Amino acid sequence: MDLEEKDFYQLEKNIVKITEEIEILQESEDPERKEKISSLKEEIKQEWNKIAPQLTPLHIVQIARHPKRPYTLDYIENLIDDFMEVHGDRRYGDDPAIVAGFGFYHGQTAAIIGHQKGRTTRERIARNFGQSNPEGYRKALRVMKLAEKFNFPIITLIDTPGAYPGIEAEERGQAEAIAYNLKEISRLNVPMVVVVIGEGGSGGALGIGFGDAILMLENSFYSVISPEGCAAILWKDQKAVRQSAENLKFLAKDLLGFGIIDKIIPEPPGGAHVDYLQTFKNVDKYLYPTLKQSMEKTPEERKKQRYEKIRKIGIIDER
Amino acid sequence: MSNLWTRCNNCRRILYKQDIFENKNVCPECNFHFRLSAPERLEMLYDEGRYEVFDENIYPLDPLHFVDSKKYDDRLKENIKKTSLVEACINAVGKIDGIEVIIVAMDFRFMGGSMGSVVGEKVTRALEKALQERKPIIIISCTGGARMQEGVLSLMQMAKTSAAIGKLQDAGIPYISVLTDPTTGGVTASYAMLGDINIAEPNALIGFAGPRVIEQTIKEKLPKGFQRSEFLLKHGLLDDVVERKNLRSYLIRALRLFLNRFS
Repeated sequence: MDLEEKDFYQLEKNIVKITEEIEILQESEDPERKEKISSLKEEIKQEWNKIAPQLTPLHIVQIARHPKRPYTLDYIENLIDDFMEVHGDRRYGDDPAIVAGFGFYHGQTAAIIGHQKGRTTRERIARNFGQSNPEGYRKALRVMKLAEKFNFPIITLIDTPGAYPGIEAEERGQAEAIAYNLKEISRLNVPMVVVVIGEGGSGGALGIGFGDAILMLENSFYSVISPEGCAAILWKDQKAVRQSAENLKFLAKDLLGFGIIDKIIPEPPGGAHVDYLQTFKNVDKYLYPTLKQSMEKTPEERKKQRYEKIRKIGIIDER
Repeated sequence: MSNLWTRCNNCRRILYKQDIFENKNVCPECNFHFRLSAPERLEMLYDEGRYEVFDENIYPLDPLHFVDSKKYDDRLKENIKKTSLVEACINAVGKIDGIEVIIVAMDFRFMGGSMGSVVGEKVTRALEKALQERKPIIIISCTGGARMQEGVLSLMQMAKTSAAIGKLQDAGIPYISVLTDPTTGGVTASYAMLGDINIAEPNALIGFAGPRVIEQTIKEKLPKGFQRSEFLLKHGLLDDVVERKNLRSYLIRALRLFLNRFS
């Protein structure tokens, strides 16, 4: 079987093994564990150097959806001090698929909003697999407006397969909730920086997914439709999912080329899930200066530039 | 059946084509609203059917080099040839009952009325023109949503058009959104739901997710009338459902109301 036909879980087998060895060493009292760990990390790097250049877009999708990938609350726990989650949209309910609240980021109060997936089966169901209902978008906007009131910057973390396609979601205006957010985000006075940490699933991602800058983790994606959805509609064949993934050009490097995102955040060898601490460090290294840059502008400058940025996206032939 | 006769897709009655045509493409028997092309729509709404088009010089490209069963590039050429349109919407300006109004009319025949870079750009330009010239704007949606073949570039048009609507808000320019069958996906989740007034034609399919996707997700049959105009009206998502024969007079009334501000 060709490498490209294997799924990512098969490819990362060796890395998983080495990672487990590292975990055991970390718990152990071995006097040489430091040296051993660093040599094992070197092994991961070498293994990754063999795999990485051959990864297909569908492999990247599998990394972005990896069940061990760090989620919004993992980033919050590591990068935000004294996070205080808030709940509810004050209209209908609270949506556990979007987490929102306030905390200190580098000593500055910030609003943090992100899609949240679950780790265990029970959690996954409770979080609705990170698929938000309208009240999630409305809660997010409520928190953005609070941030505006108190002049706090906003950080959003994107990781959703998409907005939930359900009867009640439609009844309560899924489309309206997203549309209204898009309009209001474009008018916010305060800085807003977006980090795509996993899946950027269509309108469900976009509803909290644009701002003064968009950063993307190296193995994340941001797409108009899932590769499975696109394969079903255009190819009418689930087996075409690899082709569909290749055609959609949704990887970080593609979006950078289209002028949609600002920076790609590198991931540790093996992907974000292999080394959480390194991932958080990398995100912080890119996020903080980007946010700071936006904070240094006046609200008028910021809004003007945000508009101009989104305004110029699109590739057309003007004759 | 000769080409003088046709069958209504809804009530299955055999009808004289001319009768449907004279009834604004609405079945005279069961009131089923057939889809209108963008030129038909504009002709129906503007005074004496007269209007000027603008932004006709913007053509689509194939930035993703997208190939499914066909090359996107070839698909575009076919659609341009088939419809005599350059893209899935027409930007127009003209008078409605003497009031200068900009209308963007979407056309389902062109790749299912989908929004790629060109539709996003044209809608945005129409909104910006409304802002600069202080003219009210009407957008008539008829679309399957964002165009997959332009990937995330299509997705971002949702944010772009919505941001342009945000500017009208500050300037007090009226925007009326008319949703027709079908209006789904990324267009519903952007400009179609952002009118100062949102109205729809009877029985139009309107939603975020398509009914088939929802059915597959929840593994249940959908209730009757789900995602139809009347359903959305009941759930507070539309201001009204307006029959095609009353659409022009409705728009005139709305424009007169919204343009008569105190000074």
